[in-house]
Amino acid sequence: MTAILGARPAGATALHLDEELDSRGRLVVVGNGMAGARFVEEVLERGGGEQFRITVFGDEPHGNYNRIMLSPVLAGESHEDDIVLNSHDWYCDNGIDLRAGVRVERIDAAAKQVHAADGSVTPYDHLVLATGSYSFIPPMTGIRTDDGELLPGVHGFRTIDETRAMLAAVGTCTRAVVMGGGLLGLEAARALQGHGLQVDLVHAMPWLMNAQLDAEAGAILKKSVESLGITVHLDVLASEVLGTDRVQGVVLKDGRRLDCDLLVVAAGVRPHTDVAVRSGLEVERAIVVDDQLRTDDPDVYAIGECAQHRGSVYGLVAPAWEHARVLADVLTGTDPEAEYSGSRTATKLKVAGVDVAVMGVSTPERDDDEFLVISEPKRGVHLSVVIRDDRLIGATLLGDTRKVAFLTQAFDRGAPLPEERIRLLVDLSGGDGSASGMLSVAEMPADSQVCNCNGVSKGDICGAVSAGCGSVGEVMDRTRAGKGCGSCKSLVKQIVEWAADGDLAEDPAASYYVPGIPMPKPELMRAIREHDLRSVSAVFATLGPGGKDDARSKMGLTSLLKMIWGSDYIPEKDAEFINDRVHGNIQRDGTFSVVPQMKGGVTTPAQLRRIAEVAEKYEVPMVKVTGGQRIDLLGVRKEDLPAMWSDLGMPSGYAYGKSFRTVKTCVGSDFCRFGLGDSTQLGIDLETRFQGIESPAKMKLAVVGCPRNCAEAYVKDVGVVAIGNGRWEVYVGGAAGATIRKGDLLATVEGRDAVMTLAGRFMQYYRENANWLERTYDFVPRVGLEKIKAVLLEDSEGICADLDAGMQRSIDAYTDPWGQDAREPATPGQFRPALPLIALPKVPVR
Amino acid sequence: MSVTEMTTTTGVVVGRVEDVPPGEGRTFVAAGVQIAVFRLRNGSLHATQAACPHAGGPLADGQTDVDVLLCPLHQYAYRWADGSSTSGATPIRVHPVREVDGNLVVEV
Repeated sequence: MTAILGARPAGATALHLDEELDSRGRLVVVGNGMAGARFVEEVLERGGGEQFRITVFGDEPHGNYNRIMLSPVLAGESHEDDIVLNSHDWYCDNGIDLRAGVRVERIDAAAKQVHAADGSVTPYDHLVLATGSYSFIPPMTGIRTDDGELLPGVHGFRTIDETRAMLAAVGTCTRAVVMGGGLLGLEAARALQGHGLQVDLVHAMPWLMNAQLDAEAGAILKKSVESLGITVHLDVLASEVLGTDRVQGVVLKDGRRLDCDLLVVAAGVRPHTDVAVRSGLEVERAIVVDDQLRTDDPDVYAIGECAQHRGSVYGLVAPAWEHARVLADVLTGTDPEAEYSGSRTATKLKVAGVDVAVMGVSTPERDDDEFLVISEPKRGVHLSVVIRDDRLIGATLLGDTRKVAFLTQAFDRGAPLPEERIRLLVDLSGGDGSASGMLSVAEMPADSQVCNCNGVSKGDICGAVSAGCGSVGEVMDRTRAGKGCGSCKSLVKQIVEWAADGDLAEDPAASYYVPGIPMPKPELMRAIREHDLRSVSAVFATLGPGGKDDARSKMGLTSLLKMIWGSDYIPEKDAEFINDRVHGNIQRDGTFSVVPQMKGGVTTPAQLRRIAEVAEKYEVPMVKVTGGQRIDLLGVRKEDLPAMWSDLGMPSGYAYGKSFRTVKTCVGSDFCRFGLGDSTQLGIDLETRFQGIESPAKMKLAVVGCPRNCAEAYVKDVGVVAIGNGRWEVYVGGAAGATIRKGDLLATVEGRDAVMTLAGRFMQYYRENANWLERTYDFVPRVGLEKIKAVLLEDSEGICADLDAGMQRSIDAYTDPWGQDAREPATPGQFRPALPLIALPKVPVR
Repeated sequence: MSVTEMTTTTGVVVGRVEDVPPGEGRTFVAAGVQIAVFRLRNGSLHATQAACPHAGGPLADGQTDVDVLLCPLHQYAYRWADGSSTSGATPIRVHPVREVDGNLVVEV
């Protein structure tokens, strides 16, 4: 019970400079909680350790811990060691004088000294008050003993010690009353109920979480909470606590009596302002500060929950951490003009097992405010948005927070809202998806905020992934995403998984086409043409910062140069990814896969026989039919590749590249009794024309002979659907991988040739304008279907002839890489084993 | 491997400089150990262990620049300077390598 969280091992000491010799300014921080400790971190990050001697007073004896995570600790889901943010060691290592367990009594602002309860007097040049809040204990008969202490069995829920005391009690207690139906009260109730206690929740207001939710949402939350087995009493005060040595129950204002042996008071918090009041600082609801967090004493500052800025007092961690950043900027001189202008608070949390996200107002305030509500009490879902003048000014999501990323974006930055407002709250299938605001992880803009606590954007997370973070944990360590309340962890995970997908991670934080050349794609393309740069090394030498090359940029530049120059491109094998160097997809053991071209998914007995013979001859461990209607020979040793290609005598199917991959087809009008067009032949024609064309990301196509869509054309990068009488629908931007998206109908055209032209034109427009690794399902919504239609169908920019010519240049430059490199290696040792002492394949043989 | 191993006082000749194309890597066996040797476009030579400590990826198949080597399997990046990973993952071993009369000499 008395263990110190984040304690320093016994015997460890810190060295301190002789006070007299230290010329650094004296920075004293009162409060070692979420705000105070973060402020110190921010100061250190700005090199403030050189500038200041830092002293931190903490009321609690512990290091700095994550107060938000006390609920999971109480619930037994987290261990208290896991919520330590900074241990005593950390303070010591950073030369900070931590006075843990020492309460500050008053400030002598004239003498610039801090007087603490241990009798010490500490001088300061700058003083930061980060005293936080304390649990408000409402006046109730019998709640305190004669000496003013809380009656045994009565607990606040604010500190680790209070949490420990409750955890110690749950073993022996059977009935708990929790006072307060806000966030903390609900969390405490659920945690205690999870420990097997019978729990009554008493809330003085007419509905739960009344500060954040409207009455209807509160009612639905009540049902969800009750379904956990917690009894909820609303709109009633507790007036008396029963028991003399220990709590035995509470009496409600209406006379009812609730027996209990544990009483948790979570009836709100109050800012800790007594030190400030005693020291003569201006205090209203909390300590009044200006836009630089300065109190009415110019050397005294206040941050976090004890500060009142422009009339607002915040009870969330995100504003406290913003305070810390701004003040660190000001005091270290990093940005002496830094100002805090208030926070628009958007909160995501899980309360009593229910996902809740709230931002802005919860109900309309003006006659012409738009208000959209979806209420499904049975499912425990209640969603609402308030819109004013086409801007989102409030949203409440209860029980379903899938839309929180987009709504937060719209709320914070005024992002445009979909015309059909209902799309703000639910995904509607079909229709014109491109105009909707529904963002999957892939579609989220790079600057949309994911971790509200630490202000981490999707771009920051992707940046960490492309900088080499290989796990969710590493990304969280590097960016601090998910290190606050933790409610965004699943979203962080999704983004990391998405960003790490594919052969290379992208660098979406920047507008650069590739990370190593500081230019967006259009500018880069202009510079390449202007300087006549035909090889990747020439691009680095001319355009790279300091002429430096960058491994992560090479693959994207190779693709771009091939697209721009066609056969005039000067190849450099080291600028290619291994897949492109040896024309196969590298497998986990360093072997490769071999996928021969099989246009439109149509093969012959002779081809199958050849494939079978080759598979046997080279002891291919697995032969698999692919999703792209081809045959994959997996687990092939690098050194066997050229001979296999020669034996196969078939061209490469390009199943490894960021390129045009394959065209799936159905059996169309020749065989199918429903077929409306010859989809098979059109698929073969498309593949023949566009085979191997490199592109920003892979392109998968399909052609179907009727809208039954047997070859899934609706979910392809380019999908073609026969609708009869020689007419074809051309869909673009579809996906059925990590992202599912129905393609947008680009046009309905007449005849095979029109399909070939339009498909080629679209693919060339995509090749010239998409970011590296941006699939069409991101590209089409980003550019906008209407714009693409105007450019490609009406030639609004007068570039259609150029697009057609550009595509033709690439088609003319096509050579089958297998036929070429099987005859003569492109470089010495192109097919030499990279792990000669390891017997491959290591994959199981089937 | 057709390369003859030849122990000198300070290292092992694993092959010829021209066996490694500019910017690429090739694996050699020196004193019974697989070593990946890289020749950057600036002419510098580097040698590392052959398999990535993360998941055994063939490092010689990776892409390079003046600072780092990228494993082809999961893009873990390792610094030439000391073999450390840019993401804090397990480092790779780096070996001194130099050119002597067109031969690649690796210290194992």
